Amino acid sequence: MTVTDIAGHFGPYGGRFVPEALTAALDQLDAAFRAAIVDETFRAELAGLEHDYTGRPNPLTLARRFGAECGGATVYLKREDLNHTGSHKINNVLGQALLTKRMGKTRMIAETGAGQHGVATATAAALMGLECTVYMGEADTKRQALNVARMRLLGAEVVPVTIGSRTLKDAINEAMRDWVSSVEHTHYCLGTVTGPAPFPEMVRYFHSVIGREAREQILAVEGRLPDAVAACVGGGSNAMGLFSGFINDESVQLRGYEAGGEGIETGKHAARFAQGSPGVLHGARTYVMQDQWGQTIESHSISAGLDYPGVGPEHAWLHDTGRAIYESVTDIEAMDAFAVLCRTEGIIPAIETAHGLAGAMRLGKTLGPGAIIIVNLSGRGDKDVATAARWFGMDLGAAVEVSEGR
Amino acid sequence: MTRHASLADAFAHAKSENRAALIGYLPAGFPTVADSVRIINQMVASGCDIIEVGLPYSDPLMDGPAIQEAVDLALRAGTTPEDVLDVVEQVVAAGATAVVMSYWNPIERYGVERFATRLEAAGGLGVITPDLTPEEAGDWITATDAHGIERIFLVAPSSTDARISKVVESTSGFVYAASTMGVTGARTTLGSAAGELVARTRPATDLPICVGVGVSTGEQAATVASYADGVIVGSAFVKRVLDAATIDDACIAIDALTRELAEGVRA
Repeated sequence: MTVTDIAGHFGPYGGRFVPEALTAALDQLDAAFRAAIVDETFRAELAGLEHDYTGRPNPLTLARRFGAECGGATVYLKREDLNHTGSHKINNVLGQALLTKRMGKTRMIAETGAGQHGVATATAAALMGLECTVYMGEADTKRQALNVARMRLLGAEVVPVTIGSRTLKDAINEAMRDWVSSVEHTHYCLGTVTGPAPFPEMVRYFHSVIGREAREQILAVEGRLPDAVAACVGGGSNAMGLFSGFINDESVQLRGYEAGGEGIETGKHAARFAQGSPGVLHGARTYVMQDQWGQTIESHSISAGLDYPGVGPEHAWLHDTGRAIYESVTDIEAMDAFAVLCRTEGIIPAIETAHGLAGAMRLGKTLGPGAIIIVNLSGRGDKDVATAARWFGMDLGAAVEVSEGR
Repeated sequence: MTRHASLADAFAHAKSENRAALIGYLPAGFPTVADSVRIINQMVASGCDIIEVGLPYSDPLMDGPAIQEAVDLALRAGTTPEDVLDVVEQVVAAGATAVVMSYWNPIERYGVERFATRLEAAGGLGVITPDLTPEEAGDWITATDAHGIERIFLVAPSSTDARISKVVESTSGFVYAASTMGVTGARTTLGSAAGELVARTRPATDLPICVGVGVSTGEQAATVASYADGVIVGSAFVKRVLDAATIDDACIAIDALTRELAEGVRA
């Protein structure tokens, strides 16, 4: 595991760049988190929820026909899509919801891009009797209308954010503004491994169950470690969860795939490592897409969950140290991989996840038929059916119109 | 109004008149670079003791709707940190006592040492950094010390006494006390939090303590002036400019508001 100092740094990255008003809440959260993870009652409660509510452990599925499309490599899918709510996001949210209750707070707020984290937060809030408000960029409420409906059905208030680029970045700004005003009774359930300390470390901890299970499962079925583990990287929580299980296994390559959008050369992408530079965004020092003056550049991706101009600070450090390797995957490559998985394995992945799958197809061709690769199947694609149908020029008629909310 | 050579002089001057200092904020480049200079000059002429020149940033997470809109307009018009430093230079030449208010990333990107050098050359006296805390400010402390730039950090109602001591230790010029838990913008009423925060900060420092966030009327300025050394007003100025049809109208409205606030700090 990457070493973090007391102030939450990963090498030069991470830290806390927030208004002073939030310092006390972050200190409180840090203390509550550290006390909880050594408290048997908390650990048992979380493990119980993971087992009985999320449905963990989820399978590690051998994807034979998909593997044939990956240069013949042996490819396993870590099935986070089978979790309750349909993605890895629930792992983190259950942990933070328990902490919210331990801190005596009665309300959770969250930002969401694709809507998966918003749905997971709304779910946990309903389960634990907490109020819930989710901030979502207006552009994302349109491309992920199904998830907006899910959150509202679960009793959450969804606030469309109409400023800036109207995507995830602006939803985080609004959630932070809410939090500064409401921190006494509200917990900000940040959905990825970025933000001010202790969020990057804490969110990784709650997702580390992914890597822990995957490592046990692969050893049980193959009797050896994989050659590589691969995941898509927006903020990077699903990747950090998987990577954390293998980070000390030096023989295992860690591979992250960020959104190349319409292509790096077009400027319409979310490739922080390809085109960004170190800076400060949303409370952490990390790689940021920014102009020469430090103004954040708007990102672009077909995938709402990867459409973010920053990345978790631990990824920044893993990138600089060379422990993990990050590449970008364009919209076209991701949608090709999306189609391949649908038709070879009968699994419709989230478009975010499809970026990791495209990466595995590329990687498998390099590593060859003897290689074992684990891909984090971080989410299912139900929410993306309308987008995919449009992409592939399918006529779904009225069904698409309804889910688009028109 | 004559320019003060230091923030200490500006506060001493206000104190000699038995009143609090009036500190006004406006983003550089809002509504244009030239007009922001004109409006700031009006604020100085009508009674602001110190000016906070805002550096427009794409993700102002401590700001409410009025300032968000203003910095968005400034950025769309292409305002850069170079323009901000030019605005500082021009208003200082015209007699303003000026500091910069900036989120951290633009300063880091510009180069911490380079920014301090340029600001000193422009005649700016200090920088307020709303999302930088002393823990992350190592390079900034070195650079500001080298160039005689005041480092203005914030304390908030949620800050513990221990935390306040730590923050003021690294602060110079004045301490910025955020009046309420929340983002910038007018409030109908200011609660008791600001007075309590100032009272808790006093024993920790001899620096002037100024209260900002939510002050928009002469009456509120008078209340704050009864316990603080300075009253900081931002969104109310921005709102006057947003609401004005022309730059001339904006200056008239700014003049009236500044006079009302200046009267407030003298009440």
